[in-house]
Amino acid sequence: MSAGGDLIEKTAERHRREPWDELGLAGERAFAYQRAGATFGIWIFIASEVLFFGALFLLYTAMRLEHAADFAIAARETNIVYGTLNTALLLTTGLCAAIASQASEQKGLQRLTLWCLGATVLLGLAFMAVKGVEYSEDIEKHLLPGAGFALKEPATQLFFGFYWLATSIHAIHLSIGIALVVRLIWKEWREPGFLFESPQVEVVMLYWGFVDMIWIVLYPMLYLDGRAG
Amino acid sequence: MSGASSDASTLANPRELDLGLPVSYLAEGRSVASWLFTTDHKRIAILYALSITFFFFIGGAAATLVRLELFTPEGNIVGADTYNKLFSLHGIVMVWFFLIPSIPTTMGNFLLPLMIGARDLAFPKLNLISWYLNMAGGLLTLAAVLAGGIDTGWTFYVPYSTVFSNTFVTLAVLGVFVSGFSTIATGVNFIATVHYLRAPGMTWFRLPLFVWAMYTTSLIFVLATPVLALTLVLVIAERTFNLPIFDPARGGDPILFQHLFWFYSHPAVYIMILPAMGVISEVITCYARRRIFGYSFMVYALVAIAVIGFFTWGHHMFTSGMSPFAALVFSFLSFIVAVPSAIKVFNWTATLYRGQIGFESPMLYALGFLGLFTMGGLTGLFLASVPIDVHVQDTYFVVAHFHYIMVGASVSAYFAGLHFWWPKVTGRMYPESWARFAALLMFFGFNLTFFPQFIAGYLGMPRRYYTYPPEFQVWNVLSSSGAAVLAAAYLMPLGYLTWSLFFGGRALNDPWNATGLEWRTTSPPPRQNFFGNPQVLAPPYDYHPEATPPGDEPRIAEKGALT
Repeated sequence: MSAGGDLIEKTAERHRREPWDELGLAGERAFAYQRAGATFGIWIFIASEVLFFGALFLLYTAMRLEHAADFAIAARETNIVYGTLNTALLLTTGLCAAIASQASEQKGLQRLTLWCLGATVLLGLAFMAVKGVEYSEDIEKHLLPGAGFALKEPATQLFFGFYWLATSIHAIHLSIGIALVVRLIWKEWREPGFLFESPQVEVVMLYWGFVDMIWIVLYPMLYLDGRAG
Repeated sequence: MSGASSDASTLANPRELDLGLPVSYLAEGRSVASWLFTTDHKRIAILYALSITFFFFIGGAAATLVRLELFTPEGNIVGADTYNKLFSLHGIVMVWFFLIPSIPTTMGNFLLPLMIGARDLAFPKLNLISWYLNMAGGLLTLAAVLAGGIDTGWTFYVPYSTVFSNTFVTLAVLGVFVSGFSTIATGVNFIATVHYLRAPGMTWFRLPLFVWAMYTTSLIFVLATPVLALTLVLVIAERTFNLPIFDPARGGDPILFQHLFWFYSHPAVYIMILPAMGVISEVITCYARRRIFGYSFMVYALVAIAVIGFFTWGHHMFTSGMSPFAALVFSFLSFIVAVPSAIKVFNWTATLYRGQIGFESPMLYALGFLGLFTMGGLTGLFLASVPIDVHVQDTYFVVAHFHYIMVGASVSAYFAGLHFWWPKVTGRMYPESWARFAALLMFFGFNLTFFPQFIAGYLGMPRRYYTYPPEFQVWNVLSSSGAAVLAAAYLMPLGYLTWSLFFGGRALNDPWNATGLEWRTTSPPPRQNFFGNPQVLAPPYDYHPEATPPGDEPRIAEKGALT
């Protein structure tokens, strides 16, 4: 058997899990089947997450329909520079994640996979840092709902209630994503070759892509409303 | 020891064929750690069974106190605050920590892989994690109770839960939130398992209806639970960070909470009833010795209930000031969802037609289900009609209606399934006459408890009060007496089933002569479930195959079960 075939056999061995290893399929086919199952599972979970954020977006829609003018006023108070910068950062992580996901399945691209995962983590952390700076500015500008809120119009508090809620829920998701990617890198470091053909790479990257996409919806909701036209 | 069991004493009947399987899942490791860190779906099912039994009796104890207080019109046992905390505890624990996980996480976990010929669920570790999440959620909620209780009712309606209630709402809500992850994980696991791990020959339309029920329930788990999760996050955020989302004083909208809450909580009713329907389909076919009537329509009905159930939530809010047009649409959709439910009731009844009906205890529970579910379903139509709903809104009529569905139907089905699969799960037989007595007592006690509530509610007795005008006392005395009977009936299985674990006779592999892959392995099954890879050659419920005369097929197997 060639060295390449050996490698594939070995990775399949390493990544196979119960009960997928007992389907009576030949090694490589069973592994492909397991990969498909893992991907399917995360898609179902993402469907669930869509409903989670769907409820959040519904909330925004309902509130904005009622208070369109106040929402426009409040949205102008958000910092579009930070928002846009973050959008750019996160979209770049999406690119890195996609490359990592594809590269992990190719022989000889281990280094590229690892670099892309590293870049994903770093850019994700940069996003969080920018968000932190933005948060502290928001607090200085008294944009926390409650007593002493900066704006007079009552529904602007609603907008900022949504702003804090949505961005922090998104940040929690992103932190989980960062932790998952760090875990992958750590696994590779502990056990070189782990990432090759690991179903976990695609699973984590699909989740990452989803968190990215949520931001793409949040960005116009929070930063562009009231600035367009 | 993991070799083949050559020990003849493990066989229930010396004439039964020794399948030569490895030791059962119960014998593989006896330490506590081998249970707490297991990834075996069967052991996780047992873990769930223990935890939901625990929660069932906590919720039951609260209900007992509630019924005791309502025995007389005056408040003489507990005060108003304690009463509020008791019914809230009852509702929260029973809905989220007993009913929602009940059948899916115990029987579903145990049987889903067995019924489709798989070795385990698709993601065994996730399955274990989901149990821990469920426990964490339950314990958080119990912590809230120990810290002083919650008085919001199980619905956590705002602004009461956000602005006015001074009890430990955040902790309890957090508990429910965490347990939501557990159900989502279970849902993902079940869906992936059904899609990917069916045995060769197990096509979609050969799946036992219990598997279809688990599949459709999982769809609701995955698609409805996140909406509840977000709603609860909002309640927590509003309480802890003073957000204005639901606060009308700051432009927020409390009705929005109700929409989001019921978008989950109405489908949640179907989370409770679809698995029950799955159990009943298995039990009725076996004890009537008949193929299920209209298999494909039974499947479509399950799917239809799951899908339409997402669009009927508004009927909980007819009195919230919604537009008459919206009320009309929700009313119409609520009537529509009754159609597939009726199809199922008619098909079960038709399955009984010309069957060789046996009245073993699982069948008694199942027949009880049929009657109680019909009753609960029909009164549901009353409530789907806007004028009647406005009249009986927030009265005991509503309480009686949903207890007929959630307790009468779901819990009956839970007990039907528990008795039906008990020999498979534990390898022991329970005392049949005790079981029949408990089944009859439960049916009687249930009706005595809840039927008077229909009348009291119709006459105008509101729910959630610890005192009431004396003219309602006769109905409440009947109801409370029924509750005492019901409590006894629930304690009985706890007693005799526990007894059977130690002293019950060994179970045959297929004690009811049932079809279905789960009976084609030992009782209890080995860790790997099957010996070799099962193949499915026929549709389910292959009772009375064609060309055999109806008549005297033996119900209790004389012969051993062959794989």
